Amino acid sequence: MLNSKIPAGKLEEKWIDYKGHCKLVNPANKRKLEVIVIGTGLAGASAAATLGELGYKVKAFCFQDSPRRAHSIAAQGGINAAKNYQNDGDSTFRLFYDTVKGGDYRSREANVHRLAEVSANIIDQCVAQGVPFAREYGGLLSNRSFGGVQVQRTFYAAGQTGQQLLIGAYQALERQVALGNVKMYSRHEMLDVVIVDDKARGIIARDLITGKLERHFGHAVLLCSGGYGNVFYLSTNAMGSNVTAAWKAHKKGAFFGNPCFTQIHPTCIPVSGDHQSKLTLMSESLRNDGRIWVPKKQNDNRKPNEISAEERDYYLERRYPAFGNLVPRDVASRAAKERCDAGYGVGTSKQAVYLDFASAIERYGRIEANKEGKEDASIEQIITWGKEVVKEKYGNLFDMYEKITGENPYETPMRIYPAVHYTMGGLWVDYELMTTVKGMYALGEANFSDHGANRLGASALMQGLADGYFVIPYTIGNYLADEIYNKPISTEHEAFAEAEKNVRERIEKLMNIKGKTSVESFHKKLGKIMWDKCGMARNEQGLKEAIVEIQQLKKEFWNDVRVPGEINEFNPELDKAGRVADFIELGELMCKDALNRSESCGGHFREESQTAEGEAMRNDDLFMHVSAWEYKGESNWDMHKENLEYEVIKPTQRNYK
Amino acid sequence: MEHYNMNLNLKVWRQKNSNTKGEFKMYRVENISSEMSFLEMFDVLNEKLIADGEEPIAFDHDCREGICGACSMYIDGKPHGPWHANTTCQLHMRAFKDGDTVVVEPWRANTFPVIKDLVVDRTAFDRIIQAGGYISVNTGNAVDGNALPINKDKADASFAAAMCIGCGACVAACKNSSAMLFLSAKVSHLALLPQGEPERHSRVLNMIDQMDKEGFGSCTNTGACEATCPKEISISNIAKLNQEYLCASLTSEK
Repeated sequence: MLNSKIPAGKLEEKWIDYKGHCKLVNPANKRKLEVIVIGTGLAGASAAATLGELGYKVKAFCFQDSPRRAHSIAAQGGINAAKNYQNDGDSTFRLFYDTVKGGDYRSREANVHRLAEVSANIIDQCVAQGVPFAREYGGLLSNRSFGGVQVQRTFYAAGQTGQQLLIGAYQALERQVALGNVKMYSRHEMLDVVIVDDKARGIIARDLITGKLERHFGHAVLLCSGGYGNVFYLSTNAMGSNVTAAWKAHKKGAFFGNPCFTQIHPTCIPVSGDHQSKLTLMSESLRNDGRIWVPKKQNDNRKPNEISAEERDYYLERRYPAFGNLVPRDVASRAAKERCDAGYGVGTSKQAVYLDFASAIERYGRIEANKEGKEDASIEQIITWGKEVVKEKYGNLFDMYEKITGENPYETPMRIYPAVHYTMGGLWVDYELMTTVKGMYALGEANFSDHGANRLGASALMQGLADGYFVIPYTIGNYLADEIYNKPISTEHEAFAEAEKNVRERIEKLMNIKGKTSVESFHKKLGKIMWDKCGMARNEQGLKEAIVEIQQLKKEFWNDVRVPGEINEFNPELDKAGRVADFIELGELMCKDALNRSESCGGHFREESQTAEGEAMRNDDLFMHVSAWEYKGESNWDMHKENLEYEVIKPTQRNYK
Repeated sequence: MEHYNMNLNLKVWRQKNSNTKGEFKMYRVENISSEMSFLEMFDVLNEKLIADGEEPIAFDHDCREGICGACSMYIDGKPHGPWHANTTCQLHMRAFKDGDTVVVEPWRANTFPVIKDLVVDRTAFDRIIQAGGYISVNTGNAVDGNALPINKDKADASFAAAMCIGCGACVAACKNSSAMLFLSAKVSHLALLPQGEPERHSRVLNMIDQMDKEGFGSCTNTGACEATCPKEISISNIAKLNQEYLCASLTSEK
């Protein structure tokens, strides 16, 4: 039933072959074809801009006040590309291999290889747009390392790579807006997909300023609405990041792929109290230079600087000598949890480990001293120089850490702990990025496709831009070429009227509950269930309990939520209520998927399935597949399997030792 | 860091929508931890208002890590509040002490009309970018990224300008509501790079033209913009903008 439409032929020729044979739409016809793009992050902005350049009539929607604010902007560390500028043995194949291995062999070979192929084009495109990547003194682009790989292939702009890439895509998008090829709808939220004759034909959107519902026709709908990490309440996502667009699509027939695959990022600023509204990431790039440790003694309450080197346990370097502090995220997160659970955690909450820059500062200081020819420099002088180097590399991250915690990370080690960061799961898509609904596509984090069960660092930016700049412009033509015969459907069509009516009734229902409990309280409760029972470690009993608790929470929500204000006005509480209602439903599906997948793989760790050393143990005989869930009504799903076939890579137990 | 709790009086601008007149209202919040962010303190207040059956205060916010540029509160007479080089979302309550009265307003500028309470309309910034804040290169046209070496100092200066988050604090801080710092950051970012060269002149002329059409004020070199900017965008960018504008005007054939 699931057809992934992977082209035949050799792996490295599939995409070239596809591009050579897919259908094209001539320029005159492109002007008649309308494409709706939901979300303006890296995937959405790059897709909207590129489709606009090609001549399609594009309508782009974002809930923020400007497309430039989409959460891609917060990505810090960098973007991978198989350029091999460092001459360190990198290649398209290596990037492909690292990504498949990093994903614990739960992604599609053909998709990942295509991603690696176009990665180099992304860097070229961004440089041409004026993205100010970091450079060496010779004027050429600089690279650094990220987790799970042994080459330097990450391009970056200090700790603000996502910002610079998004601004590049945003500027390209605004250029198309100025040219009239894209019409931009900011402060708009998509609340349903309209389906006519089994094809996505438009959306219902709500103007968040006036509260009015709008009908928009499109020959195709692209969901570029990001991930759903906020189902955990606390995550590194922006406050507004939500699953609503993807969830509405799911309920209209798009299957949801691997919903339980969640990435817990190892280096985030720890929770400081019940008031916490979000968590802040400290970029993975810091693990290039920071060393992670805990005291060797349990419940050691001394200050970090009072603990000597012999009394410290650099547990990643100890357990994984080959990759050390640069093991993949899932491995690093579990190792931190293991140490804290065993009583070695630090800080007031004891739910934190140290990320220490002292040795990097000294090392860089000595390099500077050598450069200056001052071998007799004092240790104080060396440290001063070293701090300057570290400031240039990570200054904005250190500033952010100090603002949040009030501690100076140049002097004392950072305290960090894992936090929800990214969701590998998402809408199931085929090779062309089309969901199980014809004409409806999912790009970037919103789809399930390229990262398997664990995403490697600096790969999210790569995938978002690959999908938007270099994949969808080809694959959408293959579909739209046959749509030129179909006239635009009037938004008076009964399918639009019906969809709008359903959206209106749901909003009215939310407003009329007039209960006692705020939306925020429900969101916090959901987050706690998800983190405790479907978080970094999961087991059968906990997941079964979580499903019951979420169903109960859903009942309470629909009986007791209090949404203040009116429908036809700017009402952020109402916006949030709709999103939290969708998160509750998604939470149930995530637990169901996690329960079903009784193996451990990547970020999905089932306690029942681990090796003697506590590493994730896959079960390839039973679970070498994508779980694609079909919505069948309230709390009811059918699971479809897409078997993963590895023709080039031979799956093995991942080893970073 | 020592933690403490505090009680505060808040004087907050309330305005139902762009057509109605607004006014200040007083609120009290209690047991606020010094570890909270300023917006988390607002979350506490809003939860209390909802529990009391009142309407919560609308404010823009999203990433809460100082990079999206959405948050926009004018706190005690300063955009983004008392800390240097900071956004509202990164302001933490240890900046205040027990018993303080804190005044919170939306951005003040005619070009940023109030939508509700502390939320303003900053789409004028998007329109300024539409007028020329880009390099006209379609997807697929690019040559190899390393085909064109760029002097590191220039690339770094370009990046320093490109760090602008488009929050609008510079406009809100300026007595003339000038958008020159915002605009100059974009002009510098692109003019410092060889890729920006072909459109260098038309870009600056068109963007300035759009800025004037939007009704932003002139620059009188007060420097409040630079002092307020959360990303420390330098006022020297405005000098660069003036230089670019002069060159472009002299050579323009329009």
